[in-house]
Amino acid sequence: MATGQPQARPVSIPALLARNVAQHGAKAAYREKEFGIWQSWSWAEAAQEIDALALGLLTLGANVGDHIAIVGRNRPALYWAMVAAQKAGCVPVPLYQDAAAEEVAYALDHCGARFAIVGDQEQVDKIAEVRDQLTELEHVIYLDGRGLRKYDHAAMTSYTDVQAAGRASDMASTMADRIAVLDYDSTCVMLYTSGTTGRPKGVVLSNRNVIETSRNSSDFDHLKAGDEVLAYLPMAWVGDFIFSIGQAMWAGFCVNCPESPDTMQSDLREIGPTYYFAPPRVFEMQLTNVMIRMEDAGRFKKWLFHKYMAVGRRVGPRLLDGKEVSFSDRLQYRLADWLVIGPLKNTLGLSRVRVGYTAGEAIGPEIFDFYRALGINLKQLYGQTEATVFITQQPDGEVRSDTVGVPSPGVELRIAENGEVFYRSPGVFVEYYKNADSTASTKDAEGWVATGDAGFIEESSGHLRIIDRAKDVGKMVDGSLFAPKYVENKLKFFPNILEAVVFGADRDRCTAFINIDLTAVGNWAERNNIAYSSYQELSQHPQVLDTIAGHVADVNASVAADPMLAGCQVHRFLVLHKELDADDGEMTRTRKVRRRIVEEKFSDLIAALYDGRSEIYTETEVTYEDGRKGKITATLDIRDAVVAPAAQVAAE
Amino acid sequence: MLDEGYVTADGRQIGGVMMDMRGITLRFGGVEAIKNISFDIREGEIRAIIGPNGAGKSSMLNVISGFYNPQEGEVWFHGKRRPPMKPFQVARQGIARTFQNIALFEGMTVLDNVMTGRLTQMKSGMLAQAIWKGKAEREETANREVVEKIIDFLEIQAIRKTPVGRLPYGLKKRVELARALAAEPKLLLLDEPMAGMNVEEKEDMSRFILDVNDEFGTTIALIEHDMGVVMDLSDRVVVMDYGRKIGDGTPDEVRNNQEVIDAYLGVAHD
Repeated sequence: MATGQPQARPVSIPALLARNVAQHGAKAAYREKEFGIWQSWSWAEAAQEIDALALGLLTLGANVGDHIAIVGRNRPALYWAMVAAQKAGCVPVPLYQDAAAEEVAYALDHCGARFAIVGDQEQVDKIAEVRDQLTELEHVIYLDGRGLRKYDHAAMTSYTDVQAAGRASDMASTMADRIAVLDYDSTCVMLYTSGTTGRPKGVVLSNRNVIETSRNSSDFDHLKAGDEVLAYLPMAWVGDFIFSIGQAMWAGFCVNCPESPDTMQSDLREIGPTYYFAPPRVFEMQLTNVMIRMEDAGRFKKWLFHKYMAVGRRVGPRLLDGKEVSFSDRLQYRLADWLVIGPLKNTLGLSRVRVGYTAGEAIGPEIFDFYRALGINLKQLYGQTEATVFITQQPDGEVRSDTVGVPSPGVELRIAENGEVFYRSPGVFVEYYKNADSTASTKDAEGWVATGDAGFIEESSGHLRIIDRAKDVGKMVDGSLFAPKYVENKLKFFPNILEAVVFGADRDRCTAFINIDLTAVGNWAERNNIAYSSYQELSQHPQVLDTIAGHVADVNASVAADPMLAGCQVHRFLVLHKELDADDGEMTRTRKVRRRIVEEKFSDLIAALYDGRSEIYTETEVTYEDGRKGKITATLDIRDAVVAPAAQVAAE
Repeated sequence: MLDEGYVTADGRQIGGVMMDMRGITLRFGGVEAIKNISFDIREGEIRAIIGPNGAGKSSMLNVISGFYNPQEGEVWFHGKRRPPMKPFQVARQGIARTFQNIALFEGMTVLDNVMTGRLTQMKSGMLAQAIWKGKAEREETANREVVEKIIDFLEIQAIRKTPVGRLPYGLKKRVELARALAAEPKLLLLDEPMAGMNVEEKEDMSRFILDVNDEFGTTIALIEHDMGVVMDLSDRVVVMDYGRKIGDGTPDEVRNNQEVIDAYLGVAHD
């Protein structure tokens, strides 16, 4: 389309929106399934909704630089709220919707938000609970008014009422003025890091950070208008902000929101996104489900599945990488695609995926290979909030499960003496809000940022490999290297193991806590007629412990193969009686283990792992979803694991 | 004889009398299941009927829904005396119910089950339905819209296409509520909506009942055993014991009524 406007480069999200309205006005920008039907909004319609809300915020008295908190599940109206906040000269601050009230209170208080735009009654209640601690919060705007009729509306208005007030107002020129002063250095968004240690920090990202990064990464993967994404990951997470706002605005593609969190899988199938991100956990869960369903299938179907998946595994990745594939292999793959792979991809909702990413945790090689076998271009990236996501990513055709790729466009990498990875890029964050000390200790004067991860660049390919968190990499008593994550990841690659925590820093040997995966182990128990009444009981079943002991022995054998890390073999382990949970503070909201807290909380269990006892009685406090606390008690078996002899560096 | 409504503790305006039961007596042969009971249900309120097992609660609900016709007494609905009626005629007057033992079509999907709740609203004939053109199609679309709003309201989108037989008990109860709501009733009768549920499911169901009342202004009459739930949910409570009415009033009044306490704590009957 010939727009013919020699306009300057858009330097803010509102400017990008204006460009998209001009270029793709009538094309779908947002979709949401509601009442069983996909409702859609074109760029032009979305812009009108956004303007109405922005004007409404102005009538409520929003000032330049105010922080506006946004809490709720992925819905177009909340994405619009972010842009509307920017149009009103404010800074959007998305928060995790499943955060507990005091976590929300901390963030609201820290950023001094005057307005909060929330999804529904649950979020309203959460804020009401802590409102007396929040002196600066003036007004709550809610999207779904259900159950709120009887609430005191003195400081509360519905989203549509705010929009109506905005439409009726005469503040358009004020809004235009506020948009006009937005430049590359104005704040685009503030995101709270989930914080594996200590309090969450508010990461301030400028328009430069967001737009430059979005442009570079969109070019890297050839994202364009006409692509489709499903927005289902937490809005407070930097990845979602970049995928669903940054890149969507830059490339002009459509953002689809699921009907409810529970319908994500069927919505995925209906939309068939072309650009898809999921944490390894989601891919893992999907694979587990497929395998469980296949166990139930008839003999012929099983045979068909295994035969053609084998073809897929052999040929699929080679085809993706553009390597040479013989004619007969191509033919077989075509057949496999028709019989097994195509229908399976369709069921998973991944038929149209052109670019798929996973990140956040290491992904098991067999999981990775499974999706590559299906012909899904699944790649890995490495990033963090402070980098506006992208640090490294894998280019098409250079995909491996054990690296995280080459530096993203515009990113410089440096490995420090101690192995810690540093980067510098246009995406490097401005600062931690109200926290100059942390800013200074993370980002140096030249703009290099410490990732906190230890890794190295592989000479042969130029890809980065991450070993572990730099602060977690330690030494054992005998001086050998201790890299817990490395071992934990190997353990977690077994479908039966959901989570593992390895200890051993400054000790003579390593030990581990293990969480079983209830889906996989529960299914196994059902098949073998093993009765259990609770997670706790299943976790301590002798046969389960035997299975896990087998997995640990396998991991030990594979760890022993690497002379540098042979000391990290797990000598003793126990299976925990409860799942590590974010509500109990043992994990972050993005489900990363908080090692220090686990160490503190279960210190009695760790002591038992090292003093040779064969079982231990323990009491643990747990927090239920509604915030109530309870206590569970258990007697846990402690097992010794088979340890392999370390490989000789100079064998023979 | 009565004023026009009252205001509840949480500030809802309750309207005039919607359903007035006057001197109802119901006999099965020589057994008197209900003995000369009178009470009313007002517009917009949540009215509970409680009592020990065999007190005649379900029979009372069956009288309201037209399943039983009492031998004595009168049922007044919207200021008019209701002649003896068949249940489907009562349903057309805007009264819908759920059952103590779930009565859903197990082989049909959730969506289809809820759609059956719209039956009273469907006017087109069998032939028109079979051809499914013009009016029949429009009618189905309009009804589906109502049903989808209810599915959204009760948060059962994820099981829309699941056969009911595959659902756990708590969800089936919710589907039954959805079907009753699909009829867009003025008066909703719930027969032990929380029987057999765990605490969490009860909390969810209570939330839904309150929301239905709040959002659609539906008048609700419910039978329930869980005292905590009843006292929290309802505006006024009728207490029955051995077919007699032994108490009627706000939850607080009923809680302090000596006769009610006796009935529940088990004082010997003379």
